[in-house]
Amino acid sequence: MSILTTLQLLPLFGAIVVAVLPVGNAKLIKQTALGFSLLVTAVSLFMAFSFKTEEAALQFTETRSWISAFNINYSVGIDGMALALILMTTILVPIVFLAGWNESENGRWSVKVFYILLLILETMMIGVFAATDVFLFYVIFEAMLLPVYFLIGGYGVGERAAAAMKFLLYSLFGGLLMLAALIGLYVISTNQGGGTFDIAKLSELTIDSTTQNWLFLGFFIAFAIKAPLWPLHTWLPTAAKSATAGTSTLLLGVLDKVGTYGMIRFCMNFFPEATKTFTPAIITLAVISILYGAFLAIGQKDINSLIAFTSISHFGFITLGIFALTSQGLTGAIFYMVNHGFSTAALFLTAGWMAKRRGSSNIADFGGLQRVTPVLAWSFFLAGMSALALPGLSSFISEFLVLVGSFAKYPVAAILGTTGIILASLYVLIVVQKSLHGETPESNKGILDLNLREKIAIAPVIAVLVVLGFYPKPVLSVINTTTQTIMTHAGVSDPIAKVAK
Amino acid sequence: MLTAPKLDYALLAPILIILGAALLGVIVEAFVKQALRARLQLVIALAGISIAFGQLYLVRNEGSSIAAVTSVSIDGSGIFIQGAILLFAFLGILIIADQDHFAPQASALPGSSEEASALESGKQQTEVFPLTLFAVSGAMLFPIATDFITLFVALEVLSLPLYLMVGLSRRRRLLSQEAALKYFLLGAYSSAFFLFGAALLYGYSGSLSLNGLTDAIRGSGGNDVFLLLGAAFLSVGLLFKIGAVPFHSWTPDVYQGAPTPITGFMAAATKAAAFGATLRIFYIGLDAAQVSWKPAIAVIAVITMIFGSIAAISQRDIKRMLALSSIAHTGFVLIAVVSLNKSALSATLFYLVAYGLATIGAFGIVTLVRDSAGEVTDINRWVGLGKKSPLVAAVFSLFLLSFAGIPLTSGFVGKFAIFSAAYESGNIYLVVAGVLSSAIAVFFYLRLILMLFFAGETNGSVSVVIPSVLTRIAISISAIATVVLGLAPSLLLDVAQNFAYFLR
Repeated sequence: MSILTTLQLLPLFGAIVVAVLPVGNAKLIKQTALGFSLLVTAVSLFMAFSFKTEEAALQFTETRSWISAFNINYSVGIDGMALALILMTTILVPIVFLAGWNESENGRWSVKVFYILLLILETMMIGVFAATDVFLFYVIFEAMLLPVYFLIGGYGVGERAAAAMKFLLYSLFGGLLMLAALIGLYVISTNQGGGTFDIAKLSELTIDSTTQNWLFLGFFIAFAIKAPLWPLHTWLPTAAKSATAGTSTLLLGVLDKVGTYGMIRFCMNFFPEATKTFTPAIITLAVISILYGAFLAIGQKDINSLIAFTSISHFGFITLGIFALTSQGLTGAIFYMVNHGFSTAALFLTAGWMAKRRGSSNIADFGGLQRVTPVLAWSFFLAGMSALALPGLSSFISEFLVLVGSFAKYPVAAILGTTGIILASLYVLIVVQKSLHGETPESNKGILDLNLREKIAIAPVIAVLVVLGFYPKPVLSVINTTTQTIMTHAGVSDPIAKVAK
Repeated sequence: MLTAPKLDYALLAPILIILGAALLGVIVEAFVKQALRARLQLVIALAGISIAFGQLYLVRNEGSSIAAVTSVSIDGSGIFIQGAILLFAFLGILIIADQDHFAPQASALPGSSEEASALESGKQQTEVFPLTLFAVSGAMLFPIATDFITLFVALEVLSLPLYLMVGLSRRRRLLSQEAALKYFLLGAYSSAFFLFGAALLYGYSGSLSLNGLTDAIRGSGGNDVFLLLGAAFLSVGLLFKIGAVPFHSWTPDVYQGAPTPITGFMAAATKAAAFGATLRIFYIGLDAAQVSWKPAIAVIAVITMIFGSIAAISQRDIKRMLALSSIAHTGFVLIAVVSLNKSALSATLFYLVAYGLATIGAFGIVTLVRDSAGEVTDINRWVGLGKKSPLVAAVFSLFLLSFAGIPLTSGFVGKFAIFSAAYESGNIYLVVAGVLSSAIAVFFYLRLILMLFFAGETNGSVSVVIPSVLTRIAISISAIATVVLGLAPSLLLDVAQNFAYFLR
């Protein structure tokens, strides 16, 4: 059994253990769940240290037959991109557990169900990045919607049921389109010497360009819904507004990354020609997302909706980086995916604490928090700085790489994207000013600062943002190898600078 | 001089055993005293089905197109579908065994003093067991019949007991009887169409058998008008039975009116039998004329899928909603009929089992949700069931997810298999239509789950009764099968592939 399989099964095993614990003992349940998630983190770190950075081939592979009638296998393996995303996942999960220690107590169901759902979700989040069989990927891609659906609908606030439904319907619709494309791909592989769902084999197929375009769209729309790209984003703000901080963190930080991950892994890999055909349109959508997300973020009254809209803007950057089809853009985009995970986590968790303490997520209800809750305020400030990509924080590097990478080919898009950064400082500074500075109203005077548990939860997130901001090499070197492989396969190369000498 | 036909009894035994058990049931109903009857009937029915299944298992690798002269053809698909029907019958009987759903004396007029006294004295008639077995025998003959007379006889043997069974409901008897009458009248009408089509095809080919029909089409000696008309009329009869649009209108009424255990059995077994026959007729008999019928059936498949999915959204009655969802599923399976290849055949076999099991389970759960006046089928009163009895709501949701085709359930694998077979045969537009109607269908399944779990207040007057042991077994088997076939579909998929062939 490969270490990857172990890593995937561990949270599931944890879920089973939690399931047999007594319902009444909430503390034991939480501790057990946290213990398992920390164990997963440890195993994933161990895996990361034994990962060979220079190797282009997939590592820790394992293949077992699953549905022989369609030659579907349980096959897993990771490259640099998958490793980075899995690490991000396994680090975020215990943080989410710790940060939202009490958020499971006001749900429709017991604390136990909450942690079972989250642990199952972790298994799937690891599996979705580890899968090297497209069918396996698809199954997890769809199945992981259900835990999130129940997490939003069961433990969220406000219009949670409606938000959960909207989220699920959007995602399932995209999933069904992808299913049709997936079947098409399978049948094409059957006609070219043996049906398969293996990613490596599927990327060797020769597909005529019309078919490629249709199949590309099937996959792309599913991913564009997931990593919400304008105009398919409308489910995100409602979901983020209703979900608990922890769920939102995982939803935007990890699940939505499956969308951008899928664009790289499947769209570019299987349909290089169609990718080039659609690139101008997608770049346009990405730029619209950047600006639209930023503009709407400025106008938001609810802090969670604001974070959701900033994410739409950031996903625009990631998509721009991917479809710039340059190695810098791609590396930047993948690095961005990791950074955005942590930066969103910091935002959602601190905003969640603020909202919980104040009993409202309305930005106007905050104010002057800097004086009463300095640690919380500084954490939120740093998270905000990371969202606006302040130099010295890791998101700056990725945003810079994306813009540099896309400027080489699409200068107009890059320039427009740069204005997104300016808008970012606007929406971040406005919310920082409104909620942290100024007079402390009477209603906010009693708000308590972060306790030790919360400080322990937020510290690693901020540490990652700062450390990777100054020393991104470990992650970048892991990603670079993958980028080169993808670029070579897609048959694109970096443009040579025109201004020579 | 007439010579007695040579019969291969070993191959026909499964049907004969069921018929024997049914006859035994009739005798028991007439002669055994009241107190023992229900139990004895149950034992006979379950034993008959089990023995028949055992015999079917023994002959599973044999095949013969002359088992009963040329009237039936025992082959892989036939045996597989017979096995599926027996499985459905077994589970169906387990739920039917809860006699609370059935009128104590079906012959008594609703509201009459006879009915009241029958209810009061607790004298419960148990004719439903032999009736079910008769229907099963017809259902087993239908998919293996290869000449039009046998097909027609099987269709009638399948249908007539069902007409009666639909009218047996203890509560809301008028609705139940209305449903029975509707089903009977429309069924008789469709049978007439079927017979008329058979007559025209006989006129075309000069032969009653499917092989004779194929030969005639290949030889193209006859008058094509007869062929087309005959095929069209024959199809009407079949499409009625499987509940395809525009011959579906009986489905919601009958599903709603029938006693719920009967609905579950009927939805699973009738559909399997009728699709078995449909596949055989189109794959064997009309294969050579596919250019003329394929477009029509394809259009019907698309309309059926989309209609079923859209119409289900507006339903407020859970049984009607499941009926319309069954119409949508009929559309999916019709895709496989049009695809005409081996993978479509094996996909259909898998799909019928997966769908049938989930259907029996789902209707089994419907029998549990009651108030003082009997079953509660109004969806609005199911609100908040998840709070009241989480397990029942969770299992029901599982069946709904399987109907919706969410991964890790058997329904997803079935859908995937059918779509990939359709794509393989070049009917990409059918895949697209299927995907779109799935997207619509997902909406009402999810809305129902949403109501079960996420609704605010619960409905006080509705309660979930504790299921009897037998019902519990039936629902558990269905639920476990739904999950197992979703996680490890190879268990059944490989079998289906081995059995996916027709003997000429």
